[in-house]
Amino acid sequence: MTSTTMAHDAAHGAHEHGTYSGGIMSWITTVDHKRIGVMYFVSAFVFFLVGGLEALLIRLQLGSPENTMISADLYNQLFTMHGTTMVFLALMPLSSAFFNFLIPLEIGARDVAFPRLNAFSFWVFLLGGLLLNASFLFGGAPDGGWFGYANLTSTTYSPGMRIDFWVFGLQVLGVSSIASALNFIVTIINLRAPGMKFMRMPPFTWMTLITSFLLILSFPAITIGLVMLMFDRTFGTGFFNPAMGGDVLLWQHLFWIFGHPEVYILILPAFGVISEVIPTFSRKTLFGYPFIIFSGILIAFLGFGVWAHHMFAVGLGPLANSVFSAATMLIAIPTGVKIFNWIATMWGGKLRLDTPLYFAIGFVAMFIIGGLSGIMHSSPPTDLQQTDTYFVVAHFHYVLFGGTVFALFAGAYYWFPKVTGRMLSETLGKLHFWIMLIGFNLTFFPMHFLGMEGMPRRTFTYQAGLGFDVMNLMATVGAFILGTSMLIFLWNVIRTLRKAPDAGRNPWAAPTLEWSLPSPPPHYNFRTIPEVHARDPLWHEQDADIDPEAGDVPEPHMPSPSLWPIGLAAAIILGAVGGLMQSLPVVLAGAALIIICLYGWAFQPLER
Amino acid sequence: MAAAAWVCALVLLAGCGGPFPQSAVNPASDLATDLQKLFEGILWWAIGVFVLVEGALLVAIFRFRSGKGEDEERAEPRHLHGNTMLELAWTLAPALVLVFIAVPTMTTIWKVDRPTEDPNALIVEVTGHQWWWEFRYPESGVVTANELHIPVGRTVDFRLQSADVIHSFWFPRLAGKRDVIPGRENHLWFAADSVGRFTGQCAEFCGLSHALMKMEVVVSTPEDFQAWLEAQAQPAPALQAAAAQDTAADTVAVAPDSTLLRTVTEGQQMLMSKGCIACHRIDGTPAQGVLGPDLSHVGSRRTIAAGILENNHENLVRWMANPVAVKPGAKMPNLQLTDEELQTLAAYLGSLE
Repeated sequence: MTSTTMAHDAAHGAHEHGTYSGGIMSWITTVDHKRIGVMYFVSAFVFFLVGGLEALLIRLQLGSPENTMISADLYNQLFTMHGTTMVFLALMPLSSAFFNFLIPLEIGARDVAFPRLNAFSFWVFLLGGLLLNASFLFGGAPDGGWFGYANLTSTTYSPGMRIDFWVFGLQVLGVSSIASALNFIVTIINLRAPGMKFMRMPPFTWMTLITSFLLILSFPAITIGLVMLMFDRTFGTGFFNPAMGGDVLLWQHLFWIFGHPEVYILILPAFGVISEVIPTFSRKTLFGYPFIIFSGILIAFLGFGVWAHHMFAVGLGPLANSVFSAATMLIAIPTGVKIFNWIATMWGGKLRLDTPLYFAIGFVAMFIIGGLSGIMHSSPPTDLQQTDTYFVVAHFHYVLFGGTVFALFAGAYYWFPKVTGRMLSETLGKLHFWIMLIGFNLTFFPMHFLGMEGMPRRTFTYQAGLGFDVMNLMATVGAFILGTSMLIFLWNVIRTLRKAPDAGRNPWAAPTLEWSLPSPPPHYNFRTIPEVHARDPLWHEQDADIDPEAGDVPEPHMPSPSLWPIGLAAAIILGAVGGLMQSLPVVLAGAALIIICLYGWAFQPLER
Repeated sequence: MAAAAWVCALVLLAGCGGPFPQSAVNPASDLATDLQKLFEGILWWAIGVFVLVEGALLVAIFRFRSGKGEDEERAEPRHLHGNTMLELAWTLAPALVLVFIAVPTMTTIWKVDRPTEDPNALIVEVTGHQWWWEFRYPESGVVTANELHIPVGRTVDFRLQSADVIHSFWFPRLAGKRDVIPGRENHLWFAADSVGRFTGQCAEFCGLSHALMKMEVVVSTPEDFQAWLEAQAQPAPALQAAAAQDTAADTVAVAPDSTLLRTVTEGQQMLMSKGCIACHRIDGTPAQGVLGPDLSHVGSRRTIAAGILENNHENLVRWMANPVAVKPGAKMPNLQLTDEELQTLAAYLGSLE
C-alpha cells in the first residue's frame, strides 16, 4: 500500500465503522451485500457446528458394537438432520456467504442487482433453518434421511409432523436459493465494471455464475417432488403410493435430478475459491484459465445427465445402467483437467506457504481421493457392492469435507483480512489445518474398508463379530479430533477480532479487484468504478495502480435499509407453519402478510 | 507433506480388526466374483492415478516452495497462461484410462444385469417386511423367514417384492444389492460356489429398525438342500410325533411320551388363545396367519427376530415378553404374557424343528 492510499483511507474515516457500525436494527434492515455475507457466514457456521455435533453423537453411538447410548429413534433423526443441515444449512449458505461478500467486489460493482431480494434470501434461509430445527422441540426431527425416499415418508410409515417439517422446511429453503441464484446471475451479467469481459472474470465469479444456473435449473425438480409429497401427506393423493397406482421410484428420479446437480452446487464454488487461492499464493496466473472455466460449465451440464447413478441397485436394466455409467465416467475428464491445471499453476511458481494455500493443497489432495472412489461407483456392478455402505459415506465426505470444507476454509483464511481488516494467526491457522487433516482422514479413510467389509449406512448399531469394531472406534476418535480443529479456528477468529486492524488493502499481493479496496471495504465498495484491462487486474501493468478511493468524488448513494425483506421472509415462514399445523387460518394469515409485505416492498422508495 | 505417509499408514491400520465374515471382497458366488474382479481392476487404475497425481502435487509443493529469505533471490515466476498440447494430453489421458474401466464395466453389466437363462434355476420369492425377510420356494410350497437355504452350484433366481417400504436385499459375499420395491418385482440371480453360512442385511434405510433387519443364508450340498426342503414341506417332527402319540393314546392306550405331548398341546392352546394365530402360520395346526413370519420350523433356525438374537429358550422368552425392547418399532405386539405363559410358548416354539 502506498502512502497516498493510506492518506486516503484516513481522509475518508475509519471504514470499519461505515461498513459494520450500528445496532441490531441496522443488521436486521441492512441491504448491504457485505453485511448480508457476514450474516450468512455466521449463521451457516453455527448450523455447521450443529450438524457437526449431530455427527459427533452419531460417532459416539457407533464407537462400539451394540451400543445403547442413543436410541434407534434418535439416531435416525440425527443422521437425517446431519445430512439435511450440512447440505442445506451449512455448505450451501457458506458458499452463499462468499458469493454475497465477494461477487460485487470482484466484478467492480457497488452492490448486487437486487439488494433487498438479497436480504430476503438470507432471512428466508435463516428462518427456514430455524423452522427445520424447531422440529426437535415438537415431537422430534425429520427421520426419513436427507433423501427422504418414498414411501417411507408417507403418513402410513411416518405419521406425525416430523416429515412435514422436512417438506415445508426444504420448500422454504428452495425459495431462498432460487431468489439468490437469480440475483447473482443478473448481477454478474449486468453489473460488471467496464472492461470486465466474461473471459476476464475471476474464476470464483465464474463458478458462482455456473452454480446459480444449476440452482435455478435443479431446484424445480425437488420442489415438484416436495409438493407431490405434501399433497400425498396432507390431501391423501397417491403420487408415491403403489396401492393407489403411484410409483415410489418417481420420487427417486425427481430427487436425484435435483440431488446430483446439488453435488456440483456444493463443489463448484469450492473450485472457484481454489482457482483464486492457488494463483495468488503461487505468484503465478491461473494455468489454463479457459479450460478451468469451460470444464466447470461442462461438469454442470453433464451433472444433469447422471442422476440415475444413485439408483444402480434399483434395477433399471442393463441399458439404462450402461448409459448413466458412461455419462458419469465422462465427468471425470473435466474434473481431472481442473486438478491438472491447479498443479500446473503451482508448477514453476513461487509458493508462499501461508494458511490459505495449506487448505487449498489439502483440498486438491483430498478431492483426488474422493474423485477416484467416485470413479469406482460410476461402474454399476462395482457400485452394487458399495452403494448404501460406509464406502459411499467415505466417498462423499472426501468430496464434500475433503473438498468443499477444505476449500471454504482456504477461502475463509484468504478473505478474512478483506472482510475484517485483520490477519488471522498463521500459527493457529496451520495448527487448525494439520489437526483437521489428521482428524478427517482418521474419521473417513477407515470407512472405505468398513463399506467393503459389509457395513451398511444409516444403521444405528452393528453387531460384534463382523469385524466392524476397530475401524468404527478409529472413526469415532478421528471425529473428535476433527471437532477439536474447529475450536482452534473459532479461537483464532475471536482472538483476531480483538486486535487492531492490520491487514491493509492487499496483504497477499492478490490480483483481483476486491484487493484494491480498503479492508473492510467502505459500504459503497467503489467510490469510482474502475476500468479493467486484463484478467488479473492488480497484476497487470495497466491496472496495477487502481485506487477506487482516489479522486475527489462524492460518496455514492446506496439503497436505504428496509424492514420488508425480513417481513416477507417471516410471512412465508408463517404460511409454512400454517401448512405444518394444517391450519387454514394460519395459512391465510401468512398469505395476507405476504401480500402486505410485497406491497410495502414495491412502494418503498429505494433511496431516502 | 506427510499426507501420503499418513494415508499409507492408515491403509495398513484400517485393514485391522478382522475377521470379516460379511465382506464384499471375499466372494463366494459367481456373481460376487465377477463384481470383485471388476472392482479389483478399477482399484489398480485408481491406485496408479492416485500415486501419479498426488506425486505431481507433492513435487510441485517441494520444488517450488519459497523458503525463508529466498524472496529476493528468486525471480518472480513467469505468468504461463496455458499450453494447448498439455491440455490436450491431460484430457486424453484420463479418457484413455476410462476406456479401460468402461469396457469391462459394460461387459459385466450385460452379463449380470439380465434375467437368467438357466432353465434349472431354483426360484425363490423374497418379500421384504419392516423388519424381517420372508422366503418362499414356489415349486415346493415351502415358506420360511430370515433364514434362506440354497444349494451350492445351482443358479438361484430371486424374485424380490416388498410388503411395505423399500428394502434392499444384500448378502455381501454372494451378490451386490438389489432393491426390494413396493409395487414392482425385482430380479437377482447367482450360484453360490462354496458351502457354508453367510450373513446379510437390508441395505436401504427402511425405518426405525433398519439396522436390525438381518438374515442368513445356508448354502448346502444339493442332497442336504433337498433333505431340508422335504422336511420343511411337512409339519415339524414334534407335531407329527405328538399327533401320532395322541392317536396311539386314544386307540391302544399305551403311555405316551407325556412331556412332548404336553409341550405341544399346551403350546398349541396358548397359541390359539393368545391370538398368535392372527399373524403366524404353523403348518399342521389351525394357525394360518400371514402377516408375521412363518413359524412352522422356527426351532430349526439359528437366530430369531431377523438375525439379531441367537435362537434359544431364553431369547424366545425375551423376545415375546417385549418385542419392541429387542427391536424398536417391531410390529409384533406385546401380548402381556405371564412368565408361565412365556415359558410354555417358548418351549413349544423351540420344539418346532
